[in-house]
Amino acid sequence: MKLDSKIPGGPIQNKWTEHRFNMKLVNPANKRKFRVIVVGSGLAGGAAAATLGELGYNVDCFCFQDSARRAHSIAAQGGINAAKNYPNDGDSIWRLFYDTVKGGDYRAREANVYRLAEISSNIIDTCVAQGVPFAREYGGLLDNRSFGGAQVSRTFYARGQTGQQLLIGAYQALSRQVSKGSVTMHTRTELQEIVVVDGHARGIITRNLVTGKLTRHAADAVLLCTGGYGNVFYLSTNAMGSNVTAAVKAWKKGAGFANPCYTQIHPTCIPVSSEHQSKLTLMSESLRYDGRVWVPKKKGDTRAPNVIPEDERDYYLERRYPSFGNLVPRDVASRAAKERCDAGYGVGSTGLAVYLDFSDAIDRLGEDAVRARYGNLFHMYEKITAENPYKVPMKIFPAVHYTMGGLWVDYELQTTVPGLFALGECNFSDHGANRLGASALMQGLADGYFVAPYTVGHYLAQHGSMGASGKVTTDHPAFAESENALRDRIDRLMNINGSQSVESFHKRLGKIMWDECGMARDKSGLRGAIEDIQALQKEFWSDVCVPGSKDGCNPELDKAGRVADFLEFGELMCRDALMREESCGGHFRKEHQTEDGEARRDDDNYAFAGVWEYQGDGDGDEPSLHKENLEFEHVKLTTRSYK
Amino acid sequence: MKLSLHVWRQANSNEAGRMDQITATDITEDMSFLEMLDKVNEDLICEGKEPIAFDHDCREGICGMCSLMINGVAHGPESGTTTCQLHMRSFRDGDAIYIEPWRSRAFPVIRDLMVDRSSFDRVMQAGGYISVNTGNAQDANALPIKKADADAAFDAAACIGCGACVASCPNGSAMLFVAAKVNHLGRLPQGQPERSERVKKMVDAMDAEGFGACSNHYECEAVCPKDIPADTIARMNRDHLKASLCD
Repeated sequence: MKLDSKIPGGPIQNKWTEHRFNMKLVNPANKRKFRVIVVGSGLAGGAAAATLGELGYNVDCFCFQDSARRAHSIAAQGGINAAKNYPNDGDSIWRLFYDTVKGGDYRAREANVYRLAEISSNIIDTCVAQGVPFAREYGGLLDNRSFGGAQVSRTFYARGQTGQQLLIGAYQALSRQVSKGSVTMHTRTELQEIVVVDGHARGIITRNLVTGKLTRHAADAVLLCTGGYGNVFYLSTNAMGSNVTAAVKAWKKGAGFANPCYTQIHPTCIPVSSEHQSKLTLMSESLRYDGRVWVPKKKGDTRAPNVIPEDERDYYLERRYPSFGNLVPRDVASRAAKERCDAGYGVGSTGLAVYLDFSDAIDRLGEDAVRARYGNLFHMYEKITAENPYKVPMKIFPAVHYTMGGLWVDYELQTTVPGLFALGECNFSDHGANRLGASALMQGLADGYFVAPYTVGHYLAQHGSMGASGKVTTDHPAFAESENALRDRIDRLMNINGSQSVESFHKRLGKIMWDECGMARDKSGLRGAIEDIQALQKEFWSDVCVPGSKDGCNPELDKAGRVADFLEFGELMCRDALMREESCGGHFRKEHQTEDGEARRDDDNYAFAGVWEYQGDGDGDEPSLHKENLEFEHVKLTTRSYK
Repeated sequence: MKLSLHVWRQANSNEAGRMDQITATDITEDMSFLEMLDKVNEDLICEGKEPIAFDHDCREGICGMCSLMINGVAHGPESGTTTCQLHMRSFRDGDAIYIEPWRSRAFPVIRDLMVDRSSFDRVMQAGGYISVNTGNAQDANALPIKKADADAAFDAAACIGCGACVASCPNGSAMLFVAAKVNHLGRLPQGQPERSERVKKMVDAMDAEGFGACSNHYECEAVCPKDIPADTIARMNRDHLKASLCD
């Protein structure tokens, strides 16, 4: 596997401008001769499908939900960053670039991050033109707020539903293209295989989740916009259907997978309440601006929080990080909560929670002002927990939220398989080892609206099958081969007739991942986890029970396929975490910490993206590691300190 | 808690459905309604039976995928709440709960509690957008918008497209859903050039999909998980009348 990042030469400020000029164009009359497949309809996929449709390509867009508007981008709450500098507080493209590289703990590619910062302003303009109702000031101009890891106010927001409004914007643009006939939507349809012909991605095989029908789709390029893999932990803030299947299929067809161990554990989520819990709910990071985090100073203190006197409370973030206090970045805040709970100071029935207390803010600002800022979040909290956060401190605990790792892509968002692109959370490119708040929406839309439409055209102009070799059609033997492999796998799943449900395997995998590859990892735990996952995988393929039939609507079969891929992927994550003998961002190795428990990076040996190549399924087949060295010309590598 | 569930079971859109009685055991108050169904499904699988199919995804009240008529009410007894955010503490031990799919001719049943809402997508495709291509935009702050207008547009844009309004309307009308989009875009300056065309096209598409008309029952407003008010419909009607007269 050759990793050519294709980072253009020249000063970083000119790279994208010059590269856009150097990329080949497709003649407008020829665009309609190309077919492009977009898998996923979230911010990255919806934006890419709409924009490629506008440009004149024939687009087929696929989603497993019943409508493109349901993709999980919709659940993002906080906001979207852009270097507009509207508040005149000293922001710039350079500052957004710098903050993002630093926030990612120096494990992202500089050129990509600079481009992201450069494009960020265009995104806001585009979304406003589409009718996205961002928050405004009384003068009619856009409002901004500040977010974790930044000292300027560059976050645009639409109440606590920014993701919803941006996604509906992309969905509307997509709907317009569907009405024009340039995009065909395939809902309730899931990618099951990627078809590679002569080394190039030339199509996919899908399964219709209503009829069970398998269908071949040929195309000139395939874009995966299928989100992250947080559900490998079973419990996460992801939607129930979010899965890693497309990325795993791509990996098995030769796409390198980069940094799978980089996962973001978000510090402020509603804690797990029972073993029947199916998912975790995020409470926006914005709450930490007025809420103070604490635990009792006495171990196992079971008194109600309101009767614990002030001097018996440990405001541990303020104690450990006096300069940033409750506003430390997500990875730091999460680890600190885990440290207190592990040491026996956690609260609630499980001991796995800390308090997020608004009483100071309510005393200072009044209950109405707090309600105006956070009313919808308090309401949601009360609905789930039946506790009133105006009267009693919230209980929160970290939860899996976002995955920075993903398919390795070059500067043009192309994977190591030519013609196969990865956009948004599905790729690895911009967030390094830790993502800053309000950056995920920015990256998904940047990739979909402003990067892929150029770079996919560049690929098609060179390699699209318009020329002498002729179009690849679904009659090609590679399609039959992939479809047969898929049929065999489905038959195998249906014929095991075991005794354990799909869900029970997913839960067991999640527990292994959370315990050994979660917020803190070490060598022996990871080695044990790899063995446990291998054993669990064997058990799955011999004792899983998939009821119903393969012909027709069968949600258990859909889930079985996804869990099978998570099992395979969980092992890869542990391997990556084991390989990376340092702590950086969301990846914390217990062996690599300072005396006071902070992460210790090793820039001499680990300033690279770890890219894994699939080597087969047989016993003894292990994925091989490739490295893309990260060069830092513009951002000075320092130890992140929030003390 | 132990509950007596009466659940609509239907193999596919061509076969007749029926209500089945299923007993749910070991249900706790802090489970969400869908976690209760997860538990029931796990038990059904263990007994070698087929689990109940239902739509769901984000489970935090924003994607609009979950549905269900619970004891005859769309999204169940709590106001301003989607089914996925409804918790079992709203029920009592021994309760009988009737669970049905959305009821509307325009939402055919796919299986059990899952319905086909693609009619909503087609109504949106008829005109629920502003015709602007990526890359054509002016600077975002070049167009000041009165805060009151932006807030009103947002209130309408909060619609999650779940279809509760249709399911609870005696006429199976989609007026609240369509009006929400018409108002979202019609309240903003960006939406003005296509305002008349948009409302006409979307209403025509709505009629063509077989949704009924509005006769002011206000059931839609009562069940809307995002509290979109029924006067949104009045505003759409005014836009529609104006657009029709100006033809």
